Amino acid sequence: MALGTGTGTTAEPGAADGAADLGAADLGAQLAAAFDAAVAADERVEPRDWMPDEYRASLVRQMAQHAHSEIIGMQPEANWITRAPSLRRKAILMAKVQDEAGHGLYLYSAAETLGTSRDELLDKLHSGKQKYSSIFNYPTLTWADVGAIGWLVDGAAITNQVPICRCSYGPYARAMVRICKEESFHQRQGFELLMALSKGTEAQHAMAQDAVDRWWWPSLMMFGPPDDESAHSAQSMAWRIKRHSNDELRQRFVDIAVPQAESLGLTLPDPDLKWNEERGHHDFGAIDWAEFWDVLKGNGPCNEQRIGQRRRAHEEGAWVRDAAAAYADKHAGKASTESEARV
Amino acid sequence: MTSTEATSTGATSTDVVNAAALTLGDDALILSHRLGEWAGHAPVLEEEVALANIALDLLGQARVLLSMAGDEDELAFLREERSFRNLQLVEQPNGDFAHTIARQLYFSFYQHELYGELAAGDGPFGPLAAKAVKETAYHRDHAEQWTLRLGDGTEESRGRMRAALDALWKFTGEMFQPVDGIAVDWAALEQRWLAAVGDVLERAGLALPEGPRTGAWAAGAGRKGLHTEPFGRLLAEMQHLHRSHPGASW
Repeated sequence: MALGTGTGTTAEPGAADGAADLGAADLGAQLAAAFDAAVAADERVEPRDWMPDEYRASLVRQMAQHAHSEIIGMQPEANWITRAPSLRRKAILMAKVQDEAGHGLYLYSAAETLGTSRDELLDKLHSGKQKYSSIFNYPTLTWADVGAIGWLVDGAAITNQVPICRCSYGPYARAMVRICKEESFHQRQGFELLMALSKGTEAQHAMAQDAVDRWWWPSLMMFGPPDDESAHSAQSMAWRIKRHSNDELRQRFVDIAVPQAESLGLTLPDPDLKWNEERGHHDFGAIDWAEFWDVLKGNGPCNEQRIGQRRRAHEEGAWVRDAAAAYADKHAGKASTESEARV
Repeated sequence: MTSTEATSTGATSTDVVNAAALTLGDDALILSHRLGEWAGHAPVLEEEVALANIALDLLGQARVLLSMAGDEDELAFLREERSFRNLQLVEQPNGDFAHTIARQLYFSFYQHELYGELAAGDGPFGPLAAKAVKETAYHRDHAEQWTLRLGDGTEESRGRMRAALDALWKFTGEMFQPVDGIAVDWAALEQRWLAAVGDVLERAGLALPEGPRTGAWAAGAGRKGLHTEPFGRLLAEMQHLHRSHPGASW
């Protein structure tokens, strides 16, 4: 965007030519106006550009939560790696969980461009100060859950994330382009897994249906609270961090999922689900928002287990990270001693 | 020799190759499984990626090798403990990160030497080994880098690494028990392995453990289907879903 540090308009107050005779408030208003205009013109904000503090804070919150979701989201699927029923499925699942760790790494890196650090963000995850997607607080009880997560959970995530590829903050948008390509692949694999079960034995079909019955509503909740209860939506949309409202995206997802369920030969657990000719969309039943808020508050089936495992991995790994740091220090020390000796 | 020609033991050459494929395939399959247990538990996110990456490479090798011997899923999921031919080393529980790295160090250096030699020959394992040797070079580097960091890191990490190397040492002799159908100079392989691992340990401020490299049940025991107790539980977990749905496709 046009507010790069090279242009002079975003330099430290007082440092830019002509800024000296402007009051700080005037300069602030000018910067804000230029920022708003650039965002409205769909220009990308880059790390060294001026941005409102609230914009920065809002992005850190959203990107951290997104990164945390990738990391916590490894757990429900990793739960089945050692029990995958064929070597092909085991390889696919391992590759997927590995991709998720990679997505977490992209997103922490993108968040770090805003002046935070991965360590700081992980501390906030471990202490409960930052959240992750509520969906990962549900358990994977059968192998079919791996397919349901791929189809529904990744499907909902993609519906949410594709518009972020055009988000106003450049590093986030670029991370999402890479992530969405891999997620689409995972989603197709999840669909194909469920297809194999649905067309398999009676027991396999029943397993697939049971998984879809359990994951459907939590997947719809992934789009967040209804528009009139969404605290951050309006501002995020004005800043073009978000492009569509929660309810719009949820509707889009339902409209995509219904024909997919039909081709899978599985039903969706909603008696009120039906095509509305007038709206050109599917109507669907009421979401249990009490459950949503309860899970978000920490009372879901796996909240304690998920965060407990993450904390444990971090704490039990502390001596390994300490060893790597001590080794790096020693060898950095050696290198500089050697170069000093040469001088 | 053609596949119908009998050897002195009555086995055909195809049988010998199949058995050898199973031996190498089981090593890769079982170690891959152990590394898969790390998912979501690694000390740092980069290791989530690295350990899964190595696990995937090994699983890929296992699938090629088991497919040489028969149907990969039947062989992985429907054999019982006494029919598996993997080394006892690879079935050892993960323990702490140092145990996992010590196991990787011992095994990846072995596998790299072995595949390097097989890749150079014109036997049935040549094509697989030519691909796998590139992967094992990466696995070896990963194990070496962590051995240096843990050995030359903190007091605690050095102590843990030393304990892990000692604990797994008695399973290393089995790696060099000759396997029928694999035409390598096992004694030379062992010497190269000792030299290479010894060099890494020296640079890490550690040394090759002392003491026997085989236990009473260890010398060639995994290769004969005699395993350690944790292995049965590993198989129970790995096989239960497949076995619960006989004949199903996944």
